[in-house]
Amino acid sequence: MYREALNEALREEMLRDETVFLMGGGIGQRGGSYKVTIGLLDEFGPRRVIDTPISEASFSGAGVGAAITGMRPVVEILFIDFMSLIIDQIVNQAAKYRFMSGGKGRVPMVLRTQGGSGNGLAAQHSQSLEAWYYHVPGLKVVMPSTPYDAKGLLKSAIRDDEPVIFIEHKLLYMTKGPVPQQQYTIELGTGDIKRPGKDVTIVAWSNMVGRALSAAEKLVQQGIEAEVIDPRTLVPLDRQLIIESVRKTEHLVVVQEAVRRGGVASDIASIVQYEAFDSLDAPIEVVAGKNTPIPFNVNLERASVPRENDIIEAVKRSLHM
Amino acid sequence: MYPRQFLEQLYRTLYTIRVFETQCIKLYRQGLIIGYFHPYLGEEAIATGLCAALREDDYIVSTHRGHGHCIAKGGELKKMVAEVLGREAGYCGGRGGSMHIADVTKGNIGANGIVGGGIPIGVGAGLGISIRGSDQVVAIFFSDGASNNGVFAESLNLAAIWDLPVVFVLENNHYAVSSPIEQMSRITDLHKRAEGYGVTAGAVDGNDVLAVYEKAKEAVQACRTGKGPVLIEAKTYRHGGHHVNDPGLYMPKDRLEYYKAKDPVKIGRKYLAEQGKCTEQEILAIEQQIDSLMDETIEFAKNSPEPSVEEFLEEVEQN
Repeated sequence: MYREALNEALREEMLRDETVFLMGGGIGQRGGSYKVTIGLLDEFGPRRVIDTPISEASFSGAGVGAAITGMRPVVEILFIDFMSLIIDQIVNQAAKYRFMSGGKGRVPMVLRTQGGSGNGLAAQHSQSLEAWYYHVPGLKVVMPSTPYDAKGLLKSAIRDDEPVIFIEHKLLYMTKGPVPQQQYTIELGTGDIKRPGKDVTIVAWSNMVGRALSAAEKLVQQGIEAEVIDPRTLVPLDRQLIIESVRKTEHLVVVQEAVRRGGVASDIASIVQYEAFDSLDAPIEVVAGKNTPIPFNVNLERASVPRENDIIEAVKRSLHM
Repeated sequence: MYPRQFLEQLYRTLYTIRVFETQCIKLYRQGLIIGYFHPYLGEEAIATGLCAALREDDYIVSTHRGHGHCIAKGGELKKMVAEVLGREAGYCGGRGGSMHIADVTKGNIGANGIVGGGIPIGVGAGLGISIRGSDQVVAIFFSDGASNNGVFAESLNLAAIWDLPVVFVLENNHYAVSSPIEQMSRITDLHKRAEGYGVTAGAVDGNDVLAVYEKAKEAVQACRTGKGPVLIEAKTYRHGGHHVNDPGLYMPKDRLEYYKAKDPVKIGRKYLAEQGKCTEQEILAIEQQIDSLMDETIEFAKNSPEPSVEEFLEEVEQN
């Protein structure tokens, strides 16, 4: 399971490197609200698995300071929505420290958080805010969609010398998938073809990968073979993988759960139209969340983010069907 | 009584900060330094006295008014002047400027353009020390202005519940930019706030380098032996406005004169003469030596190259 894979990654890295420690609200005794850190307090003790007060700005900043002075903190922010409370420490401090210090300083810190809708948690606990961090030079942004990716990417993120925003999805914690026994890492900036195809490229990340894959299965009945690409990390972005796929399929649909306005999907569309314009046989389709806060009512909530059918329709539009 | 060597070292630091700021203000007026430049004039005794109580492997966290902290923690003048002039030879390769000088090799985690932004970072340095089990100490410099920022309250509490080796150094210069502390806080003895978090705290005359040193020594010792954190409120006053281009017209003349008469550099000079038994001639020789070192430093920095735009563009292409 996704949450177990994350737990294994944390555990393995803590065993491998004693400068790795964890900090966040309720991550110790409670084991995290999604059970990602369960068992780690017992194994590593309260010095390395630290329960914090609800002081997000300061304990995230403490992560920055610990990282600058030789530690590798993994700071957990319970919901990406609460990242608004720590934006100074991430945007003005962590992201800029290496640059401002003339390349001499390092902030090897991972900020784990989770986002997305689908649990009836309403407007302040359901957002998809990856674009905020994507926008800021100096941050890496990772959004795994499978247990395998979650583990390999988290291990790489912890070993990385730059601040990494590691965004999980609340609907993925209980999803299952193969994770090998032996240790492995996944290099940040390498995307993955989740399903090969020749007719259209669908780029999706996080929880939208599963939705794109099920849309792709339905499209087979209509004779369409969609290639589903999961960039896995938005910064750095595996442009090459996306562009190569588009050169082959000549059609691109980008799917994001986040609201459409100012989103990463639009930026990917912009990159592709610039670098592979000649290959495109149709306008690039962007399937994204509505420009709205996430509503509480379950039907309204579902209607505000891309559904399988939205992806199918976008693919058909792209293929002039 | 203090040995002469120690008093001389304190005075050298006080005087170096004074000359650095005075000379850089001239460079600013000549248009050679641009942007924001926040002089530490009038507050020199705080950084000097505090850092004299620290070891080289201890950390400091600085502020936008950070040149004094950097010098007192052993920062290199050449790299500092080159940086405020925006040169490649500067601490940050001209990419940071006055508000972002850092020197981790000397334990200076760095200045900060965000008021209060460095406080949690200092707590994190303290947390790292605590996890590693070493006996280093962190001194976090911040201001009365920052004490009204939320992270001050949060960070005091974090340092307290985790028993961190952190000295919070509240430089109360009585102004948050231009707003007087009397209007910004009902309690102007700001150290009293620490009590509510279970943190030992006290006030000190921030213009008296030996008073600061004594208070700092005590606080650092407490932190080194696991009895931290501690907060020191050092009362002081700027000799001018918030930055070079702020004439500080809102600062009452009589008050400014009062504090200028209590000039920390003059006080340090008096200590050196009276307790250190240093003659006027000897002191003048020290001052001349620092003056000419500063002149050479400025010449070096002025003649050092600007960062290459081509190299910069290549660097950012990778982002």
